[in-house]
Amino acid sequence: MSRPDAYIGKPIERLEDLRFLRGRGQYVDDLECAGALHAVVVRSAVAHGRIRSIDTAAARTLPGVHAVFTATDLGAKVPVIPVRSESQPSLDQAVQPVLAHGKVRYVGEPVAFVVAETAALAEDAADAVTVDIDPLRAVIDRAGAEAGDVLLFEHSATNTAGRFTGVRGDAAKAFAAAPYVRRERFRVQRYAPVPLETRGLLARWDAHAERLTLAGAAKVPFWVRSVLAAMMALPEQCVDVIETDIGGGFGARGEFFPEDFLVAFAARRLGRPVKWIEDRREHFLSTAHAREVDCELEIACRRDGVILALRGQAWTNAGAYIRPNVASAPRNIAQMGAGPYRIADLHMEVSVLLSNKTPTGSYRGPGRFEIDFCRERLIDLACADLGLDRAEMRRRNLLTDAEMPHALPIVLPHGKGGELDSGDYRVTFDRCLAEIRWDEKASLQGRLIDGRYHGLAIGCYVEGGAIGPRENARLVLDSEGMVTVYVGTSALGQGQETVFAQIAADALGIPIEHVKDVFHGSTTCVEEGFGSFGSRASVMGGCAIAAAAEKLKDSIREAAAARFGCPVSAIEIIEGMRAVRAGELQLPLHELAGRELAAEGTFAAEKRTYSYGAHAAHVAVDPRTGQVEVLEYVAVEDVGRILNPSTLHGQALGAIVQGLGGSLLEELIYDEHGQLLTASLASYLLPSMDDYPDIRAVALELYPSPLNPLGAKGGGEGGIIPVGGVIANAVACALGDLGVQPFELPLSPPRVWQLIEDARGSRRQAQRTAR
Amino acid sequence: MKLPSFDYAAPSTLQEAVSLLGAHAGSALAIAGGQSLLPMLAYRLVAPSLLIDLRRVPGLDAISVTDEGVCLGSKVRWCDVESDARLRTAHPLLAQAVTHVGHSSIRNRGTVGGSLAHADPAAELPGIALTCDAQIAVAGALCPRTIRAEDFFLGPMTTALASDELIVELRFPAWPAARRWAFEELARQRGAFAIAGLALYYDLRDAAAANVHIGVFGAGPRPQRITQAEAALNGRVIDEQAIAAAARTASATVEAIDDVNASAAYRRSLVGTLLERALTRAAQG
Ligand SMILES: Cc1cc2nc3c(=O)[nH]c(=O)nc-3n(C[C@H](O)[C@H](O)[C@H](O)COP(=O)(O)OP(=O)(O)OC[C@H]3O[C@@H](n4cnc5c(N)ncnc54)[C@H](O)[C@@H]3O)c2cc1C
Repeated sequence: MSRPDAYIGKPIERLEDLRFLRGRGQYVDDLECAGALHAVVVRSAVAHGRIRSIDTAAARTLPGVHAVFTATDLGAKVPVIPVRSESQPSLDQAVQPVLAHGKVRYVGEPVAFVVAETAALAEDAADAVTVDIDPLRAVIDRAGAEAGDVLLFEHSATNTAGRFTGVRGDAAKAFAAAPYVRRERFRVQRYAPVPLETRGLLARWDAHAERLTLAGAAKVPFWVRSVLAAMMALPEQCVDVIETDIGGGFGARGEFFPEDFLVAFAARRLGRPVKWIEDRREHFLSTAHAREVDCELEIACRRDGVILALRGQAWTNAGAYIRPNVASAPRNIAQMGAGPYRIADLHMEVSVLLSNKTPTGSYRGPGRFEIDFCRERLIDLACADLGLDRAEMRRRNLLTDAEMPHALPIVLPHGKGGELDSGDYRVTFDRCLAEIRWDEKASLQGRLIDGRYHGLAIGCYVEGGAIGPRENARLVLDSEGMVTVYVGTSALGQGQETVFAQIAADALGIPIEHVKDVFHGSTTCVEEGFGSFGSRASVMGGCAIAAAAEKLKDSIREAAAARFGCPVSAIEIIEGMRAVRAGELQLPLHELAGRELAAEGTFAAEKRTYSYGAHAAHVAVDPRTGQVEVLEYVAVEDVGRILNPSTLHGQALGAIVQGLGGSLLEELIYDEHGQLLTASLASYLLPSMDDYPDIRAVALELYPSPLNPLGAKGGGEGGIIPVGGVIANAVACALGDLGVQPFELPLSPPRVWQLIEDARGSRRQAQRTAR
Repeated sequence: MKLPSFDYAAPSTLQEAVSLLGAHAGSALAIAGGQSLLPMLAYRLVAPSLLIDLRRVPGLDAISVTDEGVCLGSKVRWCDVESDARLRTAHPLLAQAVTHVGHSSIRNRGTVGGSLAHADPAAELPGIALTCDAQIAVAGALCPRTIRAEDFFLGPMTTALASDELIVELRFPAWPAARRWAFEELARQRGAFAIAGLALYYDLRDAAAANVHIGVFGAGPRPQRITQAEAALNGRVIDEQAIAAAARTASATVEAIDDVNASAAYRRSLVGTLLERALTRAAQG
């Protein structure tokens, strides 16, 4: 009875949009809750210091104030937030307490928690809390962290909290024998995802049932539940973590932050619901920052452009504490240096440094964006040295279909490797060259037209997706014949409800209108779920739903066999799941369902999928002002089977715009005392669609993943990964005659202008010495 | 980011507004479009005891165009300036500058009086007011007075306005039809505050420039005139040489600040570039 897919692969309009466009979205701040109190966090105004005292007396007496908690109220041991994945003992030593005690380590660190009748009263009371801090010198950057004369954690004797090393082959040997090598230093600035909706939480404690409900979770609700249950000494089944509509996550939102505990703790202690909504300034100070990497990368090539080896060191500035997902960026930098290229030998050592800045976490394309920037820049520099064509050199080194699967470097200390699953990386590359009209535009490279230099660049990437270990889904068929989907992945705005309805409808052979609803993320949906990160949700959740659909059909057959008194093998489900039949006997499905029929499905994956692609840009640079305009931007990706071309296209465009923001606009700037100077949207420049109008994204599906029945791969992050390298190379190409080589992002007008000035200065210098 | 608590009044006459302000001098603030004040309240950078909403006060929303020049009531919004077709000839420099202010939602609410009183060093209108020798009419407890733009802006967010005074009107001298002018600014995004901007005009006398006015905003702590470049250009034909010399003078003499957006050196260079481009455009007519 299987029918060809009616929905998968079609540009089905997002089912959730109707709700959002009509203002019916339910974000956490929209949740009405009778009797709820409001919380405000008192945050450290000092980047590094010893807490002498916290005086809450005045705040407690203010009208409407119910409580002011400090670390001493949390019991003998202040809970700390554990590392979620790929930890190391030294990383575990630097985790964050939910309230500071003894020391503060960044501006914005929670030191007290005020609960009052309204948010405004709570904020008044927060202003009345006096925190007396004896300031210590702040550690800001790599040099300060490595100097080690000021330590964030005195017991550890170093500010290096951990190390990840990527290894393949014998890089030292390859470098020793290589005819050409080049080493450069790069830097990617600190910036952040900045979702439209800030974080927020609403906790309810049912004293009678001893149950806690925490709404406002995202990304990894099941993990949040297990951490929260442990901190509150509750069995996991007594904690419900509820996902609401989410205005963007991008890796930051939904991890376990101090407030996840504080709000729950206050609700239980006070016996009242407690709501906390992060404001934009606290968002900048407290939600995870990202990127900030110093990198020294070295390439070894043959003179014909064949890349032999890559090695280097990188230092990620993790901020003041090791947060749950701090590892993803350094481990990816360690492992993914070769990207889509055939590079036999690799050695990359990445240190995780502590500093007195806001703790970091993963952000769309973690580590991949950073290392792609360094590698793609280095390839262009090598091309210039060797007199090779930039497109030809890349083409020569891109992996092809015949080489799949292709083993990835092993990452120490955990020893995990992995492999690129499928694809021909030249195909997207060639298509990208064609889309940007590379050959036609070749004559524009470096040309000065109407006062602006034109530049062109192309860069490549791979995107890991479908992180395991597994995902679960449950399908319920009700007496009306409608199907409800429950799944353990989280929706962060990707259009999951739509894609999952498509998958369920096709797997069951029913009209999509018969999928009544898709419930996701919350711990009440399924027994066990894993959430949304690493471009996993559509693949892992989708495959779990497809598996559950098969089981549901089995249950239908079993129920029908029992009803008809015939063997299961005699039962046939009629197309569209309208009825079941056994020979002459036929029964409408809704009669069979009578009560509900349900089935659960699981999809497990040990290996990750790898999407890939190429991006190209045409920019114009005003040499007088340093302003870069993106005239044309083209992206071509292959994501395996395309589940919904229109939601995928949205992912690509959004990710590219975010990538352009990181390449040209966004930066979190600190002063030498550890004060964040860009803690508002007036000083932090967030890209918007109208900044970069001319973006085209093409998606191919030539190489489905062999790793899952849908043939799908991740599609959420690819769009951001190569942008930094492409833009920087395009600027370098434009300003080639001036001798400008950018090694640092973002390429703001003042930075580009300074590069031009410096290049002029060093040329003058060179001329003088020549004379 | 919840506002601090304050009392609220919405007086229905200017007199009443002024006397309320006088009665709470130092602790009351007027609110017009709220586009600058509300973020300041939310960030708790200011905590007035009383907010005096000007929305009911009559007679402050007119744009008048006479032989004397252009008058903008303090409650005139950016969008009012944009949509007034008369201004495109009566004061094209003003009309053009206002299109660079923020985004349309901000231009629908932000006002002339609010912008002048707020005195953001990177705001367009204070720059235009200074460039054009505008006068700011204010009402206070004592008798009304008029303050010249060059005496009005004292520093970042600091003006000559007394704490019990309200801005009533901004007056621009008449604009001859043949006047040459140009406006240039560099902002990192559409709608963002400028890293620096420049406005200029001059009149032609026997093919030479006369009455040259060059104003810069965003580069320093307050809007400023580039008087040395003005002097160098007065009486000269605006040709390539004159332009290059003026640009060098502007770079050398502009007061420039270092901040997170740009270094002082960058701003100096930028002002020279903006002047060069503005003069080139103005000379083309
Ligand atoms: C995102 C954003 C971008 C912006 N971009 C720009 C930009 O590019 N360029 C630019 O110039 N501006 C910009 N602005 C500021 C905007 O133009 C403001 O509207 C303007 O500066 C203040 O006008 P207002 O009517 O909103 O004043 P309000 O916010 O109401 O008041 C501002 C100050 O003026 C005082 N005040 C108001 N009216 C009077 C009066 N009649 N007499 C005395 N004091 C008074 C108030 O007490 C307060 O101190 C931006 C604002 C935002 C939010």
